Amino acid sequence: MASLGAIATAPLKAKREGDKSAKSIVFMGVLWFTIFFSVLCLGTLLVNAFFDGWTRLDGNLITRYSSTVLPETAGARAAILGSALVIVMTAVLAIPLGVAAGVYLEEFADPRRWYNKIIEVNLTNLAAVPAIVYGMLTAGVALSIGLPRRVVLAGAIALALLILPVIIITTREAMRAVPREIREGSLALGATPLQTVWRQTLPSAVPGIATGSIIALSRALGEAAPLLLLGGLVFVSYDPNGLFSGYTVLPIQIYDWVKEPQLAFQQVASAAIILMLGLLLLMNAVAIVIRNRYQKRW
Amino acid sequence: MSSTIATEGSSSQTTPQGVDPDSYNKDPAGFLRQRRGRYGERVAMVALVGSAGLSVLVTIGIFFALLVPSLEFLREISIREFLTGDRWAPTFADASFGVLPLVTGTMWTTVIGLLIAIPFGLGAAIYLAEYAPERVRRFLKPVLEVLAGIPSVVYGYFALYFVAPTVLNDLLSVEVGTFSVLAAGLVLGIMIIPTVASLSEDAMSAVPQSLRQASFALGANRMRTTLRVVFPAAVSGITASIVLAASRAVGETMIVALAAGTQAQVVSSPTEPGQTMTGFIAQTATGESSPGSLTYNTLFAVGLLLFVVTLLMNVVAGSIVRRIREVY
Repeated sequence: MASLGAIATAPLKAKREGDKSAKSIVFMGVLWFTIFFSVLCLGTLLVNAFFDGWTRLDGNLITRYSSTVLPETAGARAAILGSALVIVMTAVLAIPLGVAAGVYLEEFADPRRWYNKIIEVNLTNLAAVPAIVYGMLTAGVALSIGLPRRVVLAGAIALALLILPVIIITTREAMRAVPREIREGSLALGATPLQTVWRQTLPSAVPGIATGSIIALSRALGEAAPLLLLGGLVFVSYDPNGLFSGYTVLPIQIYDWVKEPQLAFQQVASAAIILMLGLLLLMNAVAIVIRNRYQKRW
Repeated sequence: MSSTIATEGSSSQTTPQGVDPDSYNKDPAGFLRQRRGRYGERVAMVALVGSAGLSVLVTIGIFFALLVPSLEFLREISIREFLTGDRWAPTFADASFGVLPLVTGTMWTTVIGLLIAIPFGLGAAIYLAEYAPERVRRFLKPVLEVLAGIPSVVYGYFALYFVAPTVLNDLLSVEVGTFSVLAAGLVLGIMIIPTVASLSEDAMSAVPQSLRQASFALGANRMRTTLRVVFPAAVSGITASIVLAASRAVGETMIVALAAGTQAQVVSSPTEPGQTMTGFIAQTATGESSPGSLTYNTLFAVGLLLFVVTLLMNVVAGSIVRRIREVY
């Protein structure tokens, strides 16, 4: 990468002169402005949420249930516990399935077969299906087979389907990064292809898979749209206590508060936003630490 | 028990019979397939294939879950009234089911979003691919990743409580109410900047270095090389990134549900409130609609329309990307 960059810039430096024309400098300025705009937006968004909500970053936010009449002391307890439960279930459902599918596609599938081609095309399209459609799918299926749809399990299934393509793609990239010699060595010692995958390739790919999965789960943590159809938006003033319990999650609790016109609701909403962004940051930091610490360089 | 082991004993462990030793180099996956595994391994293989096949099942599931209620909806409302009617009032006493207000609402927010995301996303992509020194890149790429990772409900809050009152009303003196397609569209645009930027950057980085060197050798400076050589060579990838970003904007729910408003009307000016397809789904889904009722079926008819529109956009983007591969 670094050497490619050196090749890329070497001839450019020789042409410095031509880059100092008025037009070129204006062009550079425009480019700088566009990138500055993105940084500015991110900064404003974070600072704005922090200034609106820092007064409500107190114990009540974590320990108390939401309230329709007392926004000053309302908390996100049910939503925090609900988010934790839903995300754990999502991970339990999505990671084994996604890793298995990724392993098959990367290690065993013959890309020339029609059914494997269909799976490939299908995956790219699934990755771009709007999130709310996964909620409609889960709601429709739950209703047609007569299961309750406003429960933790339904929400977790919808989120698992949503992040499944991401985990499959991550797994494939991580497996692809394992050099062929590792597989050849294992096969040469008499291991079967599946033993090779299970004992050599997959363990080597675990850091990459873990990093990608945590980032996918952090996306699921912030996702509200599919859960609107699956009972996420009901007034919950109890701790969710199982897979078939009613629930709410942090992003939907925030959505609910943001819709209320009173200032106090706006404040508790932004306090919850800070909390959620903090959790996301934590998850991403863990992912980066795993990547930097455990990923093998071949 | 595998038949290989039964007939050949332990020798099959070290020298697999009937396998061309060179075939691994030609086709590793094919080599692995032709070796028969043990019984437990076949079960494991079936599990792997099943997991991969599940994704196809999900797509079929989405299609039927949306199609069945939609067909029931079409039994009561003609498809012509649905697609060409310009009054959307499914829950009113004098109900009307013309979807055009929702479609125009979606178009307004998407187009405004693209007007933000195309220039700023492309500018960022050009800077990152052609200009940025390695140190600056290492700072800017994470900024775009963080921007892409912020939950959309947070963007919705930003649109409602900062962009509409502070940026539009106070700073730019644009008269907008609490809800407007303008505020929603602007923030939608910020949200999809990373999509345009990272995919376009990939497309431009994929342009062979020899093209740039040839351009420099002919005396073109960096700006001319970027605009006349790299950009045209990467244009199909860039177009695909814009189509994908547009499809994300069409499918985005929380920003428009919070900031665009809930009045389904044919929007004629960006400062007006309006409802999008996703906004309607979000609003109706949270209410009590019993399965089988017309309201419930309406929800899925709009969902099907949304799914078909985004699917078409993704297919178009995919076919544009496939064209780029033929160039080099």
